[in-house]
Parts: sequence; C-alpha cells; structure tokens
Amino acid sequence: MALPFYIFILVSVIKSVIILVVLLTAVAYTVWLERKVVGHMQNRWGPTRVGPFGLLQPAADGLKFLFKEDLTPPHVYKPLFLAAPMMALIFALTSISVIPFGNSITIGGLSIPLQITDVNIGLLLILGITSMGVYGVALAGWSSNNKYSLLGGLRASAQMVSYEIALGLSLVGVLIQSGSFSLRDIVDAQGGHFWGFIPRWNIFHGQFIGFFIYLIAAYAETNRIPFDLPEAETELVAGYHTEYSSMKFAMFFMAEYANMITVGCVATLLFFGGWHGPLFGHPLLQALLPVFWFGAKIFCFLFLYIWVRGTLPRFRYDQLMAFGWKFLLPLAIANLVATAIAVAW
Amino acid sequence: MSFHLILFLAFGAVCVGGAVNLLAQRHPINSALSLIAVMAALAGEYLLLGAEFVAAVQVIVYAGAIMVLFVFVIMLLNAGEEEHTNGSRVAIVLGVPGMLTGSVLTAWVVLRHSGTEAVPIGALPGSPKDIAQLLFHDFLLPFEVTSVLILIAIMGAVVLASKPERAAGKAD
Repeated sequence: MALPFYIFILVSVIKSVIILVVLLTAVAYTVWLERKVVGHMQNRWGPTRVGPFGLLQPAADGLKFLFKEDLTPPHVYKPLFLAAPMMALIFALTSISVIPFGNSITIGGLSIPLQITDVNIGLLLILGITSMGVYGVALAGWSSNNKYSLLGGLRASAQMVSYEIALGLSLVGVLIQSGSFSLRDIVDAQGGHFWGFIPRWNIFHGQFIGFFIYLIAAYAETNRIPFDLPEAETELVAGYHTEYSSMKFAMFFMAEYANMITVGCVATLLFFGGWHGPLFGHPLLQALLPVFWFGAKIFCFLFLYIWVRGTLPRFRYDQLMAFGWKFLLPLAIANLVATAIAVAW
Repeated sequence: MSFHLILFLAFGAVCVGGAVNLLAQRHPINSALSLIAVMAALAGEYLLLGAEFVAAVQVIVYAGAIMVLFVFVIMLLNAGEEEHTNGSRVAIVLGVPGMLTGSVLTAWVVLRHSGTEAVPIGALPGSPKDIAQLLFHDFLLPFEVTSVLILIAIMGAVVLASKPERAAGKAD
C-alpha cells in the first residue's frame, strides 16, 4: 500500500473506532436478542418495558451496570482480581481486528479495505488471541479465592485447552483447500457457483463435517450451553464470575458475547463464503450488499447459538471431556486426512 | 531510527523485564504471568523479524496452551508464596554474577566470533510456505523422528501417571 504514513494511521484509527462501536452495539443487542428469543421459546415475552419491543433495554442495562456498587471482596488477590475481567474483554475485542467485512471501497481515490488490517496469518492470529482469552477466566477463578470460582476457572481452562485442538484441526481442511492463512484470500477462493446455482462455499465444497466439528468446538470454547460447565448455576453458583459485580461482571459478559460474534465471523468467512451473496441494483447498493450479507450470515449464527441455548440441556463434566477427546478429535483428524487425500488426488 | 527498530527494542525490553520479574516474584502465579509476557513479547520479536508463522505458533502453543497448563497446575495445587531460605540467598549471591558473566560472554562470542550476519528487520524467510518447505521437504526425516520421540514421551507420561488397576480398586 502506497499510502502516506499519517493517512494510514488516520484511516486505521477511524476504522478501529467504527468497528469497535459497531461491535459493542452488536454485543448489547445480542444480549437483547437472546433474552427476547429465549423468552418466546419459553412462552414468555422477554424484555418489553423499555422502549418499543424492549429495544432500549441494553441502554438501561448498561446504566444499571455503571451505577451498581463495585464490590471487591476482602479475601481476593487484588491485582489479578482487577486484571482478569480486563484481560477477558481485551482479548475478546482484539480478535476482531483481522476480520474482513467486505471488499475494498474507494473514497476520494483512496482504496480502503473493509478490515482493520489484512495480515498473511490472519486466521492463526485469531486462534492465538482467542487461546489467550482463557487467562481472563482462569485467573478470575483463582484470584477470587472462592471454591466455586476456582472450580469454574479450572473447568474453563481444561475445557478450552481440550476443545482448542479439535477447533484448530477442523479449520485445517479449509486451509488445505484455499492454500492461504489470509482471511481475505480464503473468502476470495469461495466466489462463484457450482452448476450455476449452488454457491461455491466451503461447506458445500467437502467441508460439511469440518463445519460441524468447528461449530461444536466453538460452542465449547465460548462456554455456551450445552458446554457452559464453567458457570453451571446448579453446581457452582456462577462459576468464575461469582465474586464479580457491576462493570467487572459486565466485562465478562461483554467478552462472552464478543467471542460469540467472533466465532460467527470466523465460521462465516471460512465455511459460508464471507461477504459473497447475490448483488443487484444501484452501484451504491452493490457496494453495501456484501457487508449486509456478511452481517446476515453472522445473525443466523447468533440465532443458532440462542436456539441451541433454548433447546439443549447441559453436559455432565466427564461426558464433556470424553466427547472432546474420544469423538471430536479423532473425527477432526479423519476429516483432515480425507481432505488432504481429496486435494492431492 | 526506524519505527520497526523502536518496536523491536521495546519488545526486547519487555522480554528481559519479564524474565527478571519472573525470578524476582515470590508468588508462582505472578512468575507464570511474567513468563507469559516473555513469550508474547518474543512472538512480537519474531513477527518483526519476518517470521510470522513462528510468531503465531509461539503465541498459540507457548503462551496459549503450555502456559495455561502451568497456570492450571499452580491453581490446582494452590501453591503459596515462596520463602527465602539460606539456600536461596546463596543462589542469589552466586547466581546473579555468574549469570551476568555467562550472558556477557555468550553475547561477545556470538557478536565477534560466530561469523554469521545479523538479520535485517523483516528479512527472515518465515512465511508458512517457507516453513513447510523446510519441515516437510528439506528436513523431513529429523522432523518425523522428533515427532516419534515426542509420542514416546507422551506414552511414557501416560504409563507413569496411570494407576495400576488393582491399586485403583483398593482405593475405592
């Protein structure tokens, strides 16, 4: 890129701010969506009082979090007790930086890619940052100096390390097919159609099993039902965030939903063709449609997350570990070998 | 001084500072966290040199997996603060000058007598393709032998850690 340095910095800062604002708004409304959808699934209304359809509920919740008393229990190990929620949130928000939302747009002669930064190892970077996210949860559990928190933290770290392997292996199939770690290249490789009407997405291109391994492992990585053992209420009060209140609790909450959105982004980019979709109409509409398709696909993922939460019960802990190591991991390896043979053929 | 060089020196400072803090801290979990900082800063150094794949693997494997297990064990054993004993005082008195002499000697030998050139920033051939070429083509046999070695180590660990069945039956 032949941009002058200061313009590059300026553009990067503007993009970062926009993406951060959009991401945090999306996080707030994912919470609203979850309450609403789970409510309807359970024959309730969900939030209705604040604004039309309860749409202003996230703002009310945010204000409530801000004004709640920020308790620090006396027996905690203070430096890490304060650092843990920040670590969880920072790692959750950082991983969005390499995700491309669409093709480049041209403003005033400048070609600006719709992505904070495109790096050759984009996918590895996301995996690296999300693998660091476990420290927030583990250290929160340990520093709270509470047996329920500690058990939650231990469960979370064991679970995330175990499922990370299956998660990583499920993505290797896609990488073999596209031959690049760059998320932009991976999406570009999925343009076009089979027989003129089936989109050339990786899920229709032999990675069907890979996608399901990724989906299951990702649910475990984000500690969502049916894998939410780190915060199982019936056994552990609230797990690793039992001792947290006010904004510190909100940081864990935001980190969880930001991670869900990142998982949706990665699944969309790797298996569902990213921003590819039918383009039509006015040139301006054609420029905006890719971003719309990308957002729509992520919305489907978030809806699926909530749907699963409203449907499935929680695993038992030994079932969780046995499933991860004895079923998911061998299946991921088999998928990898099969893909490698098919590509080499 | 270029921007990259400043970044390189900053990461280097974090590395050394983290390593010193690792030794200075009394609580195992603080030491483990400093080690994570060292690993992450090392990944930054690799990235700046151009070895992007190695940098990513450094974060995923060392900072994200191995150190999680370290922290896990510390949490599980609930290790407390370490106490200063006579032995640890002797180790400080003898170890610090010894280590300083050793590192100065190593730096001197490497800089003056190794005959290798310093790698300019960003010039290391470290893209995934380069690494794959080295691992799966040029050094295929050593790579496979190492993986078998690690497999044997894993199996040894499993054998040592698993209880004999009779003893497990009695414990119940």
